[in-house]
Amino acid sequence: MTAIDATGNMTPGSTVQPDDDDRLRIESPRTRRKRPTQNGRGTNFEMYAWIFMRMSGLLLVFLVLGHLFIMLLLDGGVQRINFAFVAGRWSSPFWQTWDLLQLWLAQLHGTNGLRWIINDYAERDGTRFWLKTLLYTASFLVLVLGTLVIFTFDPDLAG
Amino acid sequence: MACLDAGLEAIVVQAPAGTLYRGREGMWSWVAHRVTGVLIFFFLFAHVLDTALVRVSPDSYNRIMDTYKTPLVNLMEIGLLGAVLFHALNGLRVTAIDFWAKGTRYQKQMMWAVLAVFVLLMVPSVYRMTAHSFAELFGSTS
Repeated sequence: MTAIDATGNMTPGSTVQPDDDDRLRIESPRTRRKRPTQNGRGTNFEMYAWIFMRMSGLLLVFLVLGHLFIMLLLDGGVQRINFAFVAGRWSSPFWQTWDLLQLWLAQLHGTNGLRWIINDYAERDGTRFWLKTLLYTASFLVLVLGTLVIFTFDPDLAG
Repeated sequence: MACLDAGLEAIVVQAPAGTLYRGREGMWSWVAHRVTGVLIFFFLFAHVLDTALVRVSPDSYNRIMDTYKTPLVNLMEIGLLGAVLFHALNGLRVTAIDFWAKGTRYQKQMMWAVLAVFVLLMVPSVYRMTAHSFAELFGSTS
């Protein structure tokens, strides 16, 4: 295991000190340059996570602020929300799509945000592992439950 | 020399480790972004569960919604709106810092713009949202 990867950066989390072999590595001529963000597994996951946070964030500004405006400020605000109100909204594919998109983008945006926070503050490997296991389990349940509720909503439950 | 070395060593050992936290607009907006983000995450968790009650029965959903209509939870809704609004506006600022060539140069000014827009939108919203609670708490029933 080397502490320095092909781009000359310290491998994140590595406790191995760089040795002479690492320091003196010279690539053969005309080797294709590796992109600086590329990690050992050859993926750009962290870059895509960063892009996702920016793009989903932009969409969520409109989706969530629109949602809050309708639910808390328009007409009677939260006072008018009940089962019949939900039934009226989810009879329209437009609001179903809005809520589904909002649910998935917000939950994935929040999950990645908490993943970053766990990575920042939980220093022990075991703590990070269990916190992230809990996080991914909770997120999976929220996504499955929320999606099922939107797609299987039954207005006739009111009888 | 030995004495000097020992003195230097003491200085090096006792010197503060240094910090990435530099205060002012940049750091505090980042702290607030994290705090509001975590709060919104936990609200979303609760919100998906309470909405899921529409699959249980209209009555159980209506009962949980009645708690949302009380003055105490009304205050928490203002907190939620504030958290979401700040996170949204500061998120736009962070995106501008990342993608706009002059973003870093104007990050402080953008922070104050975020706060100005925040106050501008929060004041009328709070006025609207609390009207019902005020009527319930202090209003006459006639």
